[in-house]
Parts: sequence; C-alpha cells; structure tokens
Amino acid sequence: MSAVHTASIDSPPQTFAERYPALRRFLRHRVALLGLAVVLFMTIFSFAGPWLIPFNETDTDIRARLMGPFVGPHIFGTDPLGRDILARLMYAGRISLSIGFAATALSVVVGVLVGLVAGFYRGAIGASLMRFVDAMLCFPTIFLLLAVAALIEPSVTSIVVLIALASWMEVARVVEGQIRSLRERDFTLAAESLGASDSRIMFRELLPNAVAPIVVAATLNIAHAILAEAYISFLGFGIQPPTPSWGNMLENAQSYLTNAPWLAIVPGLAITLTVTSFNFIGDGLRDALDAKLDR
Amino acid sequence: MGRYLVRRLLQSLLLLVLVSMIAFAILHLAPGGPLAQFVATGNLGQEDVARLMAQYGLDRPVPVQYLEWAGNLLRGDWGSSYRDQLPVLTKIGIHIVPTLEIMVASTLLAMFLGGMIGILGAVRRYSFFDHLATVGAMVALSIPTFWFGLAVIYVFSVNLGWLPAGSRETIGDGSFVDRLHHLVAPCIVLALVSTAVWSRYMRSSMLDVVNQDYIRTAKSKGVPAMRILLHHALRNALLPMITITGLHVSTLLSGALVTETVFTWPGMGRLFLDSVSNRDYPVVMGMLMFTACMVLLGSLLADLLYSAADPRIKGAST
Repeated sequence: MSAVHTASIDSPPQTFAERYPALRRFLRHRVALLGLAVVLFMTIFSFAGPWLIPFNETDTDIRARLMGPFVGPHIFGTDPLGRDILARLMYAGRISLSIGFAATALSVVVGVLVGLVAGFYRGAIGASLMRFVDAMLCFPTIFLLLAVAALIEPSVTSIVVLIALASWMEVARVVEGQIRSLRERDFTLAAESLGASDSRIMFRELLPNAVAPIVVAATLNIAHAILAEAYISFLGFGIQPPTPSWGNMLENAQSYLTNAPWLAIVPGLAITLTVTSFNFIGDGLRDALDAKLDR
Repeated sequence: MGRYLVRRLLQSLLLLVLVSMIAFAILHLAPGGPLAQFVATGNLGQEDVARLMAQYGLDRPVPVQYLEWAGNLLRGDWGSSYRDQLPVLTKIGIHIVPTLEIMVASTLLAMFLGGMIGILGAVRRYSFFDHLATVGAMVALSIPTFWFGLAVIYVFSVNLGWLPAGSRETIGDGSFVDRLHHLVAPCIVLALVSTAVWSRYMRSSMLDVVNQDYIRTAKSKGVPAMRILLHHALRNALLPMITITGLHVSTLLSGALVTETVFTWPGMGRLFLDSVSNRDYPVVMGMLMFTACMVLLGSLLADLLYSAADPRIKGAST
C-alpha cells in the first residue's frame, strides 16, 4: 500500500531498470555488457559445448596429428597427439573457469572475514591482521604461487586453494576500509546501544553495506585467478596433463611455434577474451555501484 | 621529515620480519620437506636421510631453524644452495643483473609510451583515441604475458626474423649491440602491462592537474596551450607517477619471471624456477626474502622521493 502511494507521488511509473539505478548504469556500460555476453558464451561453450561436437579431449588420432585449423573435421586443428583442439579447449574451459570462480569464492570468504574482523576490532587485533595482509602483499604474486605450487601435489583443489591464498589480501583491504568507515556511522552506534552482539553488528549491519565494493573486487579477482592458473600451468606447476586447462594447453605450444602456431593462438585467445571480459564487467560494476557517480 | 623517515624505516623492518616468518613457515610446513627429491630417488636409506637431516639441521623444530636462519641472515649469511653449495647471495647477485636490465629497460619504455598515451588521452578526453586507449589498456592488462611473448617471437623471430627468439646474447658475440638486439623483445613484452598501467594513471593525473586554478590562470594570461601542457601541467602531473613506479615493482618482478621463462633469459625468474623445481630451499627462501625486500624498497623509495619532489607534502609531514 505505502509503496504504491510513494511511487505515484514521487515519480512517474517506473520501469524495472529505472527502479534500480545501479542496474540502469550498468546497462548503459556497453563494454561491460559485451564482457558479460562473452563470459556467458564462454561458460556455455565450455560446459555444454562438448555435447555438440563428435570429439572428446583425450582421443588421439595418429593419422591427424598437427592438422591445421579449418581444413578438416577439426575446426581448430589438432595437437601433436592428434587430439581435437576445440574439444580440449572446451574441457579446459571447464577447468579454468571453475578454478577462477572457486578460487575467487574462497578468497572472498577469507578476505571478507579478515577485513571484517580487522575493521571492526581496531587496535591490536586489527593492526596485526592488516600488517599480516601487508606482509603477504610484499611477495610478488607469481613467486609466491610457484614457491607453494612446487611443494604441493598439484590437483584442481590444491590449485584453487593456492590461488585463493595468494589473492585474498586485496579483498581484505577493501573490506577493512569500508568497515572502518561504516563503523563510525550512526546506525552502527544505534545497533550497539540496542545491545546487539558484535557478530550481529558485523554480519547483519556492516557487511550488507559493504557488498558493492566486495562485488567489484570479486569480479576483478576472477580475472586474476584465471590468469594465475594460466601462469602456473604454463610454467608446469599447475593442472597436470592429460587434464587440459587453458594454461597447460599453452605449455608445449612454444616448441611448435614454427609449424603449428594455432596451438598457441587458440587457448591464448580464450584466456585473453575471458579475462578481458571479467575486467570489463568489474569496471562496469564499479561505475554502476558507485553512487557518487549517479547522474 | 626525519621522524617520518625513521617511522617508515621501522615499519618496513617490521614487515620484513613478518615476511621472513611467513616465507619460512610456507616452505617448512609444506609436505615433503627439502629432502623429498633425495628420498624419491630411492637411493637413500633411512640412516642416510637422517644423516642429511642432521647435517642440514632439518631435524630440529621449525622455530629453532627459523631463529638460526634469521640470525645468520642478520650476519649477512643467506645460506648456500643445496645443489652447488654456492652462497645464496652470490647466486642472486649473478642473476639479478639481467633481470634489472629488462626491468629498467621496460620501465623506461612504458614511461615513455604510457606517458604519451595518457597525456593524449587527457588532452583529447572522450575522443575516439581516448576510448581506444581505455579499451586497449584493459586488454593489455588481460593478456597473459607469456602468450604475448609467444606472439612477439612468432611475428618478429619466426616470420620476420628481425629479433632473436631468446637468450641474452649470441654465443661468442656478446657485444653491446648484440645484447641490445636481444633485449628488445623481452623488453617489449614486459613493458606491455606497465604501459597500460602508466597510461591510465598518467591520464587521470593529467586530468586532475588540468582542472586546477593555476592552469586556468595561465590560460587566461594567454600562455600558449603547448607551453601550458608541457611546462605547467606535465611537471605536476608527473609527481604521482613516482608513487606508481614504486608500487609497480611487485608486478614487474612477476612479469619478469614469466618473460624470462619465455625468452630463456638468465635472470632471477629462471633461477627461481630452477630452485623451486629442485626444492633448493635456501635459494627459494633467499629469493622470496630478496624480492620482498625489493618490493618494500620500491614503495619506501616512492614515498620518500614523492615527499622530496613535492614541497607541499614536505611541509605537511614534519
């Protein structure tokens, strides 16, 4: 009743997009929309694609080794073992995209928890947590990833955990900054004076108000995670063959650069397209969710 | 200024202690331990392993090992490689020069290119070029460095034959020109990300400056646009770039590792990869510390240079 009432007084009838200014701003961000379309396409391509083609990622065909793209039944050509590149690209996409999403989910959980606690309990706890974040950020990412990757048994799960461990710090910093300023606001004081517990204030009052920057950081984190997987797999410490990933498809491509450049071109394009798209989406989300920019 | 300097130095030292603890914990709590590859060969008996453990001091609790390692570090002894017994610092010393070579060369290239793109983007804001540069920077940040490296090799070495496909010099040559020739490709590859970063920051820094009062004053006094741009605006717009360069060391080191792998460049990245695959703990540990030191030093220098270059900051921090 009251919702209808205010709507009719304040403004003319609204469309869905008008009621959500952030969504409207995001829809106006054309490159971000393009990015979203590419990500959707890559996801469907990777997860549904294998049903649509007559090859799978492990079948070798000795008579069709290193076939070029677009000449035979193999659209993207074949690798030195005669395996279909298109099929491998799809299965590799499942692995690489899953790692990107899973590592991001884990790093957001860790980053949010650390940031929340550090921003809420300032003083000794907050300071020592944030110094720990600073110290972790001193390691160049690839050095940290490789140092650990070489020591553990490489598997999809361990790579996810590894990438998450090397990438939660940015989220923690963003959340800590947000929480620290939100903590000073009146609604926090109100909740405190009503006797709400610390965890209730943190998770019910503060965290919902810090969602926007977390979403932006998480989106950009997916891009970084996919790149990180590509780097460690390319260097031979990530996903191990015969399981394909976009990174390990490129591992041996350098030796065939002269006579089979498509081995490098195809997976590299997939990585670049996907990572660029996530970066654009993150950019669009940042513009859309930053209320200060509302025009 | 003096007090600020001391505080920053103390903070950095504290961070270094934390960094060393984290690195030590990561390496020594991982399964297997330093002797895993000796054990895996199957040539060692139980007592051999125990003897090696005792020889390297690995049979003691991790905190004790850490304290000993840290004590030696403070005395300038970074330990020596398990593989060739060379001191870690010597190994780093041999490999750092080639890495610094590509890092410095690519940074200069990125400053120049990125600076130009950023200034043009700011001057012609929202033009076609500006939009193109924005999208281009985002794509450049998303391209895997090694893939870009493969593309450069494919085009300039395999097809055109203009540039060597790897290594630092032709064996038996090694003249200055030859080295420069080998430097071009890795330098371009490593500069890609830095150029993108520089162009973005340069653009926004330039836009900040261009909208300030003293630029309007200069315009209304009839100073030629080009002179305002280069003389009045650019000088102030370049100041924040000191900070960007300092904070970029970490990214640059990661990029250097990957670039070195693609171009078989004999630098720190190669050394790190070799040491990591052979579980050469002292070297890996030393290099983690060393790179972290470089990163910290970068941000420290950026801070100090920035406050030294900008009189407004100097006044505020004392």
